[in-house]
Amino acid sequence: MSNLQSLYYYWPELILTVTILAGIIADLFYAPKDSGKTMYWILGGLILTAFALKLAADSPVATLFMGSIALDPFAWFFKMLIIAATVIVMLMSSKSTELLNYRVGEYYVLMGIMVFGMFLMVSSIDMIMVYLAIEIVSIMSFVLAGYLKHDLSSNEASLKYVIYGAFSSGIMLYGFSILFGLTGTTKLFEIGPALAAMDSSGNFAIMLSAVFILAGFGYKISAVPFHFWTPDVYQGSPTPITAYLSVAPKAAGFAVLIRFFSAVFGSNNSVMAGLVPVSDVLPWPHILAVVAVITMTLGNLVAIQQESVKRMLAYSSIAHAGYMLMGLPMMSSEGIGAVMLYLVMYLFMNLGAFFIVMYVQTKKDGETFDAFSGLGWEMPLVGIAMTVFMFSLTGIPPTAGFIGKYYLFAAVIKAGPTFYWLAFAGAINSVISLYYYIRVIRHMYLIGERSESIHVPAMMTSILILALAIPTVVLGVYWTPVADWVSNSLVFAFPAM
Amino acid sequence: MENHLLSWIVWIPIIGMVAVTLIPRDHSNAIKWTAAAAAGIQLIFALVLLAKFDLTTGDFQMYESAQWIPSLNITYQLGVDGLSLPMVVLTAILFFIGIFVSWKIDKAVKGYFALLLLLDTGIVGVFLSLDFFLFYVFWEVMLLPMYFLIGMWGGPQREYAAIKFFLYTLVGSVLMLIAILALYFTCGQTFDMITIMETASPNLAGVTWWGMDAMKVIWVLLFIGFAIKVPVFPFHTWLPLAHVEAPTAVSVILAGILLKLGAYGLLRVNYSMLPDAVWWFAGAMAILGLINVIWGALCALAQTDIKKLVAYSSINHMGYALIGMAAVIAAGEMNGGNYAAAQAGLNGAVFQMFNHGTISAMLFILVGVIYDRAHHRDINGFGGLASSMPIYSGIVALAFFAGLGLPSLSGFVSEAMCFLGAFPVFRTIVIIATLGILLNAAYFLWAFQRMFLGEMNEKYKDLPEINGRELFTIIPLAVITILFGIYPWPFLKYIGETMNVIIDQVVAIGSMASVM
Repeated sequence: MSNLQSLYYYWPELILTVTILAGIIADLFYAPKDSGKTMYWILGGLILTAFALKLAADSPVATLFMGSIALDPFAWFFKMLIIAATVIVMLMSSKSTELLNYRVGEYYVLMGIMVFGMFLMVSSIDMIMVYLAIEIVSIMSFVLAGYLKHDLSSNEASLKYVIYGAFSSGIMLYGFSILFGLTGTTKLFEIGPALAAMDSSGNFAIMLSAVFILAGFGYKISAVPFHFWTPDVYQGSPTPITAYLSVAPKAAGFAVLIRFFSAVFGSNNSVMAGLVPVSDVLPWPHILAVVAVITMTLGNLVAIQQESVKRMLAYSSIAHAGYMLMGLPMMSSEGIGAVMLYLVMYLFMNLGAFFIVMYVQTKKDGETFDAFSGLGWEMPLVGIAMTVFMFSLTGIPPTAGFIGKYYLFAAVIKAGPTFYWLAFAGAINSVISLYYYIRVIRHMYLIGERSESIHVPAMMTSILILALAIPTVVLGVYWTPVADWVSNSLVFAFPAM
Repeated sequence: MENHLLSWIVWIPIIGMVAVTLIPRDHSNAIKWTAAAAAGIQLIFALVLLAKFDLTTGDFQMYESAQWIPSLNITYQLGVDGLSLPMVVLTAILFFIGIFVSWKIDKAVKGYFALLLLLDTGIVGVFLSLDFFLFYVFWEVMLLPMYFLIGMWGGPQREYAAIKFFLYTLVGSVLMLIAILALYFTCGQTFDMITIMETASPNLAGVTWWGMDAMKVIWVLLFIGFAIKVPVFPFHTWLPLAHVEAPTAVSVILAGILLKLGAYGLLRVNYSMLPDAVWWFAGAMAILGLINVIWGALCALAQTDIKKLVAYSSINHMGYALIGMAAVIAAGEMNGGNYAAAQAGLNGAVFQMFNHGTISAMLFILVGVIYDRAHHRDINGFGGLASSMPIYSGIVALAFFAGLGLPSLSGFVSEAMCFLGAFPVFRTIVIIATLGILLNAAYFLWAFQRMFLGEMNEKYKDLPEINGRELFTIIPLAVITILFGIYPWPFLKYIGETMNVIIDQVVAIGSMASVM
C-alpha cells in the first residue's frame, strides 16, 4: 500500500502521536508541582488510541507504508496489551513516592513515546523499521530507568542499560547487515525466499546473522546469556518503570522475535511452518529450547538468593522469559498462542506484584523481605493480593499463572517426545520458583507479629490492587475470552507477491 | 437439588468459607458455629448420598456434567462410585469432627476456619471429579490451605514443615501435570477421565519414547505424584515433620484424608487408566509397601514424641494398603486366575484406607487431648496416667489396639484382607510383612506402657479428665472402628462392585498379555 493510502489505516498511531505532542506542550504550562497532571493528557490519549484500535479491529489484513508495517490481528493483540500495561503503570506511577521530588511531566511523555515505539516494534516487517523501533523503545527506557536523578543506583541502572543496549543493538545491526548483504533487501518477507534460493555457500553467514540478531532480541526479552543488565536495571529504576520494563517491552520483544524469525527463517506461506533455510544449518529449535531452559533455571536459582523483593522479582522475570521461550521451539501456532496467552496472564500478575512492592516501599520504607514481615496482618488486602500474585507467578491453580503455564506445557507436549525434556525442565523450575515466591508469603504471614490495627490503603490504591488481583484469579477459572482472543489474533500479514 | 447432590457436597464448604470471611473477626464463636454448620450440612448431604447410592453397579453414579472451557474440552464433571463414596463420607465425617477439634484455636480464628473449609472443598473435589483438569485444579487447591494451616497454626518448626510439605507435593503434582497432558494428547484431546480410561491403553500400546514404553513412563510419573502423597518410601520424609508441627485438627485431616488421596489416585488413575503397567509395576509396589511397613514400624519404635510415633504409624499402615493393591495381579491367568485373592487384596486396600482414616484420626485427636493438658508430647515424660485419667486411658487403649490390628477392631479386618489377597502372589513379602504387625504391636504397646502404666508422674496427678467436646469428637470414630471390626460386610458391599470393575480392567489386559 502506498504511503498516502496507508495513513488511512494508521490513525490509531496518529492519535497517539498527537497525544504525545499535546502532552509535551501541556507540560510547558504546568508548574513543577503540578506537572503530574500531564499524565491525564497521555492517559486520555492512550484510551482514545485504544478506542481507535477497537474501531479499526476489522480493518483488512495488509501491509502499510510500502511493505514496512504490518496491519494484522497479531500486531493488534500486542498493541492492546501494551496500552493496558501502560495505563496500569501510569496509574501506579501517580502513587509512587519515589517520583515525588522530580518534575514528572516528561516522565509520562516518555512513556507515551515508548508506546509508539512498541507499536512499531510489534508491527514492523522491514529490518530498518525493526531497528528503529527497538531503538526508540530502548532510548526511552534508558531515560526512564535513570529518572531518579539524585539516586545513585538509578543512575547506575541507566548507564548499564545504555552500555548493554548499545552493545547488543550494534550486534543486532551487524546481523541485519549480513542479511542485507546476502539478499539485497531489507523487507523481511523478501529475505526468506531469497535465502531459500541460495546455495549452501552462504550457510555460515546466515548462521552468524541469526545468532547476532537473536542476541539483539534476547537482550530485549532478557534471555540468558543476554540478561546481565536486567537485575541492576530493575533494581535501580523507579519501581513503576521496573514493572513496565518487565512487561511491555518484553511483550514487544517477543512479538518482534516471533515475527522476525517466522518471516525470515520460516517458510513463506504459513507462519512458523518450519524454519526451512536455517534449520538445515543450525539445530535452531534446539538452540531456542536450550536458551529457554538456561534462562529459566538461572533466573530461578539466582532469585532464591535475593534479599530484596524487587530484585527477586527482577530475576523472576528472567525466569518467566524462559518459560515463555518454551513456546517457540516447536514453531507451532499453539506455541505462539501459548506465549501470547502467557503474556496476558503475566501482565496482571507481574504488574500486581510490582505494584505491591512499590506500595510497601512507600509504607515501610524498604523493599527487602523484612519489610514484608507481618504485612498480611497489618494490611489484609495487600497481603491477600500479594499471596494471589505469588501463587500465580508460581503457577498454582486456580490462578492465571497456572493457565499460562498450562498452555505452554501443552504446546510443548503436543509437539511430541522430542521436547518432553523441555516440559520437564519447565515443571521442575516451577517447583524451584515456589521456594522464593512463598518466602514473601512466609514473611507476610508466618514471620512477624500479628498487628491488631488494620491499615486500609487509599481508595485508588485499593481499586488498582483489586483490578489486578481479581483478573489474576478469575482468569485462572475462566479464560475462554482470552483464549479466543489469542486464537483469533494468530493471523499475520503477508505482502502479496 | 436431586441431580446436583455431588456439586452441593463439593461447594457447601466454599459457601461456608465465604460466610466465615464475612463475619467480623472478633465474633469468634459465630465463626466457629458457621464453620460447624457448613461441615454439618456437608455431612448430612454425604449421608444422603450414602442412602441414594446404588449398590448393584460398579459404574459412576449421580453423574453431573457441564461445559467449562470448550476450546480445550475441559468440562465440569462429577461422579461417584464405590471407590470415591467411602472417601467422601470419611472426609465429611473428619471435617465435621475437625471443626470441633479446633474449637480452642484462638489465633486468627477467621483465617483458620476459612482455610479449613477451603481445604474441605479441595479434597472432596478431588474425590468426585471425573475431569482430569478439574481433578488437577482441586488437587492443587489443597496445597494453599495446607501450607497456611501448618505454617501459621503449627508448632515451633512450622515454617520449615510447611514449606517442605509444599515443595514435596508440588514436585509430585507437576510431574502429574505432564503425565496428564501426555494422556490428553494421546487420548484425542480430552480430559474426560472415563474416556481416558477406555482409550489410553489402546492408544498407547506400542508407543515408545526414547526406547521406553510410553505407558510405563506415564505410569511412573503419575505414581511418583501419588506416592509422595501416600507417602511411599522414599518420598515420606515430609510426613513426620508436617504431622508433628501441624495443629491437631490438621494432623487429623492430613493423616485421615490427605494420605488417602494418594492411594485413591493410584486406583482411580494408574490402575484404571493404564492397567497394562500395573502388571509391570505390581511387584515393585508390593516391595515398596513392605518397606513402608517395616520402615514405618521401626521408625515409630524409635520415637519418644507420641505424635511422631503416630505419624510413622501412618507410613506403616499405608504400607499394608499398598501390598493389598499389588495383590490385584493375583487374578491374572499366569498367576492362577485367583480372582478371590485379587478381590480380597483390593477391597482390603480400600478398607484399610478407610480404617486408617478413622483410626489415625482418633490417635491424633487423643494426642491433641494430652498435649492440650500437659503441653508436651514426650512419651517418657508421662507415666501412670491411667489412674489420673481413666476414661482417656481407656479410649487410648482402644485406639492403640485398633492401630495394632487387634481382632474385632476394624484395622484387623482390612490388614488381614490385604495379606490374604497378596499371599498367593507375593508369599515372601507377606511373610515378612506380618513381622511388621509384630513391630506394630510393639511400638503401640510399649508407648502405652510408658505413658499410662507404671509409676504415676506426680506432675500430672491432677490432669483434668477428657471433656465432653473431646468425647464428642472421638466417640463416632470409636463406634465406626468397633462396628466395622465386628461386621465389615456393609462397607465391603458398598465398594465391592467397583473393585470388581477395576480388577476386570487389570485382568482383561493381563489375559491379553498372556495370550500374546
